[in-house]
Amino acid sequence: MTSYLSIQNLTIQLITGPLILRSISLEVAVGQVHGLVGESGAGKSMIGKAVLGTLPRALRITAGKIILDGVDLLTLSAKERRRIIGATAALIPQDPLTALNPSKRIGPQITKRLVDILGWARRDAISRTRALLDEVHIADADRVMRSYPHELSGGMRQRILIASAFAAEPKLIIADEPTTALDVTVQKQILKLMAEMQRSHGTTLLFVTHDLGVVSKVCDTLSVLYAGKVIEEARMRRFFMRPTHAYSRALLAATPTHTNPEATLTPVSNDIIKAVEQEVIEHDLRHSQ
Amino acid sequence: MYQIRDLRLSFPDMVNKPFFGSAPRVEVLKGLSFDLFKGAILGIVGGSGSGKSTLGRAMVRLLEPDAGTIHFDGIDISHADETELRHHRQRFQMIFQDPMSSLNPRHKVGRLIASPLKIHDIANPQKRTSEALEMVGLPQSFATRFPHELSGGQRQRIGIARAIALRPDFILADEIVSGLDVSSQAQVLNLLGNLVSELGLTLAFISHDLSIIRRLCTHVVVLNQGEIAEEGETSALFDNPQTAYSKELLSAIPLPDPNQDWA
Repeated sequence: MTSYLSIQNLTIQLITGPLILRSISLEVAVGQVHGLVGESGAGKSMIGKAVLGTLPRALRITAGKIILDGVDLLTLSAKERRRIIGATAALIPQDPLTALNPSKRIGPQITKRLVDILGWARRDAISRTRALLDEVHIADADRVMRSYPHELSGGMRQRILIASAFAAEPKLIIADEPTTALDVTVQKQILKLMAEMQRSHGTTLLFVTHDLGVVSKVCDTLSVLYAGKVIEEARMRRFFMRPTHAYSRALLAATPTHTNPEATLTPVSNDIIKAVEQEVIEHDLRHSQ
Repeated sequence: MYQIRDLRLSFPDMVNKPFFGSAPRVEVLKGLSFDLFKGAILGIVGGSGSGKSTLGRAMVRLLEPDAGTIHFDGIDISHADETELRHHRQRFQMIFQDPMSSLNPRHKVGRLIASPLKIHDIANPQKRTSEALEMVGLPQSFATRFPHELSGGQRQRIGIARAIALRPDFILADEIVSGLDVSSQAQVLNLLGNLVSELGLTLAFISHDLSIIRRLCTHVVVLNQGEIAEEGETSALFDNPQTAYSKELLSAIPLPDPNQDWA
């Protein structure tokens, strides 16, 4: 299977020196959902930002390749890169309330991108938006398009961001903790909706989350990160049946499940942390040579 | 420990407030009644906006109910004023969700733990502070650190230390592990479980995470839009949920298991 997105030895550093991502490699095939999991600060969101070219100013990509559909994005000029990313990729962010402009109605916020960036006619953009809102199961699309973000519930807002992400038929979507702010019941609806949209549009999805339960429901493959390093890359089923790395096993053992309440909840042990830190130190030594 | 009867509480609805005149009220708790027995660990669950935190805050009287009664250990605290409450407050304490915003960033840990002790005129606050640090498994050297020097899990231990330093009978923990990674979450939950049994505490634990409730709590109250959807012993409720809402809530949890039936 050929990769649609291929990240090879990607290294990101703070401009002051410290490493944020340590020679990360991963491959995602067309139409697959790849999960990026890890604790906070592991660098999972930074991978998505690196692909989209939205890294904070204090960070620099210092080595590696990001190959999207055969093109190494990092060899392109900033302008050329923006053109490709704008046409092929989209983001579903964590918090819909900060992602939507509070002072504008929903409709224009979705159509704006189609009109301004992709040059659609306004009328086409509006009918496309209406169709998309139908597709994300929003019953009264016309009313919602006239609403302001604060007038809608969290689940509704997240549906709108999904519709907006799919608006320009992107080939790649990066979803950064898209359901973390939602209730379990709403989360379930949204995850099902994302899976449905992803399948029917054949989109490749990079799914950033800290929730291993969510990964087991939506991902085909995944990478486990710790301190900016890929600890384990695996197919989803294989990972949950037979996690190979001790850190992955520890992460699973620390995750509570309501179906197995008697099992003891074990925090990741200091020995495992030390072993992983040692891998990180060895990597950094090789890197500095 | 707690006897709550027909508890009602409402907030002004500022979104729909007319330009002149007063805002309409939104009823958040619509007549809740339940008992919490000494030594029990009560889980309060429900979706966002269901009134979990409002109920918790009414129980420790950070909010005053509109109607209904709250009896704490036989004392009616539903409308007690601040001076009266102050006598009781050291018996019911609260641990907050976000330790970064609930701990004063300019105070060192030692002072953070000691200040409630001083407010309640407790003798020998230094000794009680170091005991509290020891109980939450942190070294004494932490007393001279600032909150920003600690990890999320450590900060939450400070929140716990601050509550237990007063040797309360009851603690309310409002989403105290939802900001933590699974590993620190496991540590904090294990610690809390041990402290409750060692100190003979009664605990109310607010969480949206049913997997945690299942492990920690002896009893559960499921809230849905300000009303009790279901209540009972944890194992009975999880094994055999009676209402449609509880069933939906349980079946929506994504377990880290690819074979889970999640349709």
